[in-house]
Amino acid sequence: MAMKFSENADRMDVRYVAGLARMALSDEEAARLQGQLDDILAFVGELKTLDVSGVEATDVATEARNAWREDEPAAGLGRDTALANAPLARHGQFVVPKVIE
Amino acid sequence: MSADLHDLGFLEAADALARKQVSSEELTTALLDRSERLEPALNSLTWFSRDAALAGARAADAARAGGDARPLLGVPIAIKDLLNVKGQPCTAGSNILKGYTAPYDATVIARLRAAGCVFVSRTNTDEFAMGGSTETSAYGPTRNPWDTARVPGGSSGGSAAAVAARLAPAALASDTGGSIRQPAAFCGVTGFKPTYGRVSRYGCTAFASSLDQVGPIARSVEDAAAVYQVIAGLDPHDSTTSSRPVGDCLPEVRGAKDLKGLKLGLPKEYFVEGLDPEVEKLTRAAVEQCRALGAEIVDVELPHSKYGIACYYILAPAEASANLARYDGVRYGFRAESEDLLEMYEKTRAGGFGAEVKRRVILGTYVLSSGFHDAYYLRAQKVRTLIRGDFEKAFSRCDAILGPVTPTPAFRVGEKTADPVQMYLGDIFTVNVNLAGICGLSVPCGFSPDGLPAGLHVVGPAFREELALRIGAAYQHATEWHRKKPADPKGGRP
Repeated sequence: MAMKFSENADRMDVRYVAGLARMALSDEEAARLQGQLDDILAFVGELKTLDVSGVEATDVATEARNAWREDEPAAGLGRDTALANAPLARHGQFVVPKVIE
Repeated sequence: MSADLHDLGFLEAADALARKQVSSEELTTALLDRSERLEPALNSLTWFSRDAALAGARAADAARAGGDARPLLGVPIAIKDLLNVKGQPCTAGSNILKGYTAPYDATVIARLRAAGCVFVSRTNTDEFAMGGSTETSAYGPTRNPWDTARVPGGSSGGSAAAVAARLAPAALASDTGGSIRQPAAFCGVTGFKPTYGRVSRYGCTAFASSLDQVGPIARSVEDAAAVYQVIAGLDPHDSTTSSRPVGDCLPEVRGAKDLKGLKLGLPKEYFVEGLDPEVEKLTRAAVEQCRALGAEIVDVELPHSKYGIACYYILAPAEASANLARYDGVRYGFRAESEDLLEMYEKTRAGGFGAEVKRRVILGTYVLSSGFHDAYYLRAQKVRTLIRGDFEKAFSRCDAILGPVTPTPAFRVGEKTADPVQMYLGDIFTVNVNLAGICGLSVPCGFSPDGLPAGLHVVGPAFREELALRIGAAYQHATEWHRKKPADPKGGRP
């Protein structure tokens, strides 16, 4: 796996970015995605032609506000319900592959 | 009642139930029978259970017999397979959520449940709502009831096709870049995306959180309004919901006879190269109808419109890449076994996600990554400000905006799957409404010579839902397009 972005800033290293997103790709998938993502980046690159100096960024449109509530405990899903969809659970816990030797 | 119970609209069904002309069990059974018959040809539903639906219907009938007179008691509705209904599957059209059972109700579902509605079926969607054709669903493409060789649009193509084909009188859907309005236009039904913050997103599987909004698809503006006002309003579980009160807009919508005193804006940027001449003709005829109803039609400008798609295809994948990080094979859904944790994540996501989701997650990860964030993501957020500003300026000159919903009628299944950019361009008239956070309505406005429906787009300012709905209702009261129904598709069970 290449560990840095390609020299050409508009050509992404698909395998590297997929690794950041924790997705394995087959060779065939990587090749197809590379072409499609090059096209998409070329297309969205048209925003670079626009002068945005002095323009503020919008993260959420309309009435964004800070929502406060009283810090009072409330009922949650409960452990059994929360675990009911788990691919693997034991002793009231999610089970994952061992991470420490 | 006549034999064609499935033809009853949402409010017609409510009325027939209130008059005890039909029971919810009879009505629900008719829709389930029809779904079983037509689904082999349409594939608009991902799941339905006779037992679950009829249990709801019988409970509603028993409540009515006991004197319960809630206006929507026993009325069936279909739900996009993206919204959590406690005890039912919720797959978002993805293999990664196959086998998942919703442990709670989404707020919109809890509100419909409190109103007495019956959940009759779950509708197909592009995987995680990423697509404009329902072709990216792990359950295969939904077919357009007007021509089964064509797509119903997407991502809420299942909801639109099911409502058009009379498998349900109404459906819930969601709209991130046009996913309610575009399929409504392609299927000849009415679709409404409320203002961002008007309807709770709690329990709606997240795609792009600053753009997602839940809304109805139905066969008339009145029916859409009836569903909308049940699901709208402040929700402590979604801090982006507005505390503005939700009034009863039905009297105003039902009484909408003309458009006198209203200024409706026509953006020249919406009538450009790439707009199908037939769609343009139908849109312009609908605009003339609005003029005949008394509206003053004024020219407005939305100069940054053409940047909307590029802006959207940076922001939406960025938000999606963060939202979809939760699908890691640990807490729910599909898991690929491995001895190594990192490899388990990578194989789970490789095996569970389809091609379009992978494309967008990689794109979103890239535009947020160190060194590229400012050039792509931050710049797109600034362009979003310019697009919002366009609408603010336009709404200082007019009450609402009219235009086409889609640049073309429904395209053929498979026609655009190999070229993502071509598929994305289909959102050109809808994405800006999401970016600006305002409301948009799609109403049927005629048919192409091939018999394919087109939609008129009514775009209203933020929190002016009742105005957009009133305009659409006045148009429908003067036209018959929304009453047209497709012939039953070939290929169903006899």
